[in-house]
Amino acid sequence: MKLVYFAWVRERVGKTDEDIEVPENVGTVADLVRWLKGRGEEYGYAFENEGVVRAAIDHVHVKPEASIAGAREIAFFPPMTGG
Amino acid sequence: MIRTIRIQPEPFDVAAETAALTLGRADIGALVAFTGLCRDEGGRLTALELEHYPGMAEAEIDRIAGQAESRWPLLGLTVIHRFGRISPSEEIVLVLAASAHRAAAFEAASFMMDYLKTQAPFWKREHLKDGTTGAWVEAKEADDRAMERWA
Repeated sequence: MKLVYFAWVRERVGKTDEDIEVPENVGTVADLVRWLKGRGEEYGYAFENEGVVRAAIDHVHVKPEASIAGAREIAFFPPMTGG
Repeated sequence: MIRTIRIQPEPFDVAAETAALTLGRADIGALVAFTGLCRDEGGRLTALELEHYPGMAEAEIDRIAGQAESRWPLLGLTVIHRFGRISPSEEIVLVLAASAHRAAAFEAASFMMDYLKTQAPFWKREHLKDGTTGAWVEAKEADDRAMERWA
């Protein structure tokens, strides 16, 4: 699946997007965040405050407990400040 | 019901958008226009830079517009949100809500803005007068509360 990052999450991770293969035991968005944090300190920095970073699956906002099964694109970003 | 949603870097013309929405329409009795502008925060900023999530920005605003249309008897709804570098006094966002009567138009425009602020995937970053890039703008709790009043 494809991961995309925006705003300061993008800056902290150090990339705009990446294609990843996720282990089978990673079932939810929260699992995915935990798994990413184990991949390197840049992810640890981006996700240091659990609950701050928001997620969307295939362009729809989701909560941490959402299943990532079948997801094509998962986005992580800070709370939105548009308008 | 005419729904127009655009995400663009270019400025927009409120009068032209209003004319496009109301031209030839004898049923619209109320049109509320909200324009959000870039402030310089007391002279501190030279610009705001807006990042967005292409694809989701359109989809999310479309979902919010759908909710507004199901709650109020709207006859037209236009949302234009800019991205990229925007200077103080320039416009950032436009919401036009048209209905037969004013209450629905006022409420729908307010609803759209409250949801856009907290749900549409846009992020503002400050560019400062001294030429440096400032911080990402932090989300305001007051904006979350403003959205919650519609729940």
